[in-house]
Amino acid sequence: MSSLSITSYIFGILASLITLAVVIEMLRRRRLRERHAIWWLIAGLLALVVSVFPATLVWAANVVGVQVPTNLVFFVSIAILFLVCIQHSAELTKLEEQTRTLAERVALQEMRIRHAESRLPPSAQSESDRSSE
Amino acid sequence: MAIPLSRTLIVLPAFNEEQSVGAVVNEVFTKLPGVACLVVDDGSRDRTSATATLAGARVATLPFNLGVGGAMRTGFRYALENDFDVVVQIDADGQHDPAGVTALLAALDDADIAIGARFAGEGEYKVRGPRQWAMVVLARVLSRLAHTRLTDATSGFKASGPRALQLFADHYPAEYLGDTIEALVIASRAGCRIRQIPVSMRPRAGGQPSHNPFKSATYLGRACLALAFALIRPRIELKGEDTA
Repeated sequence: MSSLSITSYIFGILASLITLAVVIEMLRRRRLRERHAIWWLIAGLLALVVSVFPATLVWAANVVGVQVPTNLVFFVSIAILFLVCIQHSAELTKLEEQTRTLAERVALQEMRIRHAESRLPPSAQSESDRSSE
Repeated sequence: MAIPLSRTLIVLPAFNEEQSVGAVVNEVFTKLPGVACLVVDDGSRDRTSATATLAGARVATLPFNLGVGGAMRTGFRYALENDFDVVVQIDADGQHDPAGVTALLAALDDADIAIGARFAGEGEYKVRGPRQWAMVVLARVLSRLAHTRLTDATSGFKASGPRALQLFADHYPAEYLGDTIEALVIASRAGCRIRQIPVSMRPRAGGQPSHNPFKSATYLGRACLALAFALIRPRIELKGEDTA
């Protein structure tokens, strides 16, 4: 690895450490759930290993038969981004379905509330009007 | 024996239809005495809910727009919770004549779903180009699936009997074209019998369907996609029935 200067070596390590730090800090503050963070954690760890020990990248590229090791980096990065996107689309679909079901239930319950209120005696009706204000 | 009107719920999915919904509700009550009518206001921004309430309909107001599929599923759920046997969907824009409901209900004697079809002889309604090809393809595939001749698969004028009601309250699709194409695929694969009844349609208040060739081609593509995915999705069984 003669082409690897000391600055780019340090830059690689710093970048992967920052990635990991951001993900872990967000997990710690519950801003990110584990199942959403898992791919980012894997990506950060891989980046850290490869930046600290560049030889592992060359070895891995040899194992899978990729001639230029950086191409393996691009391939793995794109694969991870793809998985994250698919996961997000799936979650979005699920959330939309849940929101829709909730909206339907809300509409039906509003009907029942209006119906129930219209059957209250007048005194109780003004009572419920006052409490809702 | 035909299902009595008192066990029937007319569902009108309505999105920004304050102009026509009142008249349609009135017409439903005039032509079908004793029937219950539920307007599902699909997140309208106008006075659809108020107009429908004033006309005497029961009104469910969705907090935001869900599309016809979501509005209809609300209707099916309401019907199930309130012990109705049949749901008839009528468009709130007035293109369906409530007088046709009687024929649809009669057809439910030996079917689970009755479709009021535009092309079955009555009424005049013409489409051309990709939109027509889409309808031909859909009709062919769905006819084969349902073991009956269906010519107007995308008609919104439909009556669903007790078995279909049970199925649709949980599984009515809310995607684009899901309420017409996929609903029929789900129903026929679950073993519901489908029949088509000729009805005449009136011109839509909101104008004719688009004849823009690009829009029609998009429609053809999306319809075929919707059909293909409906066919490869896992089959949904009817609850509480043994499927041999």
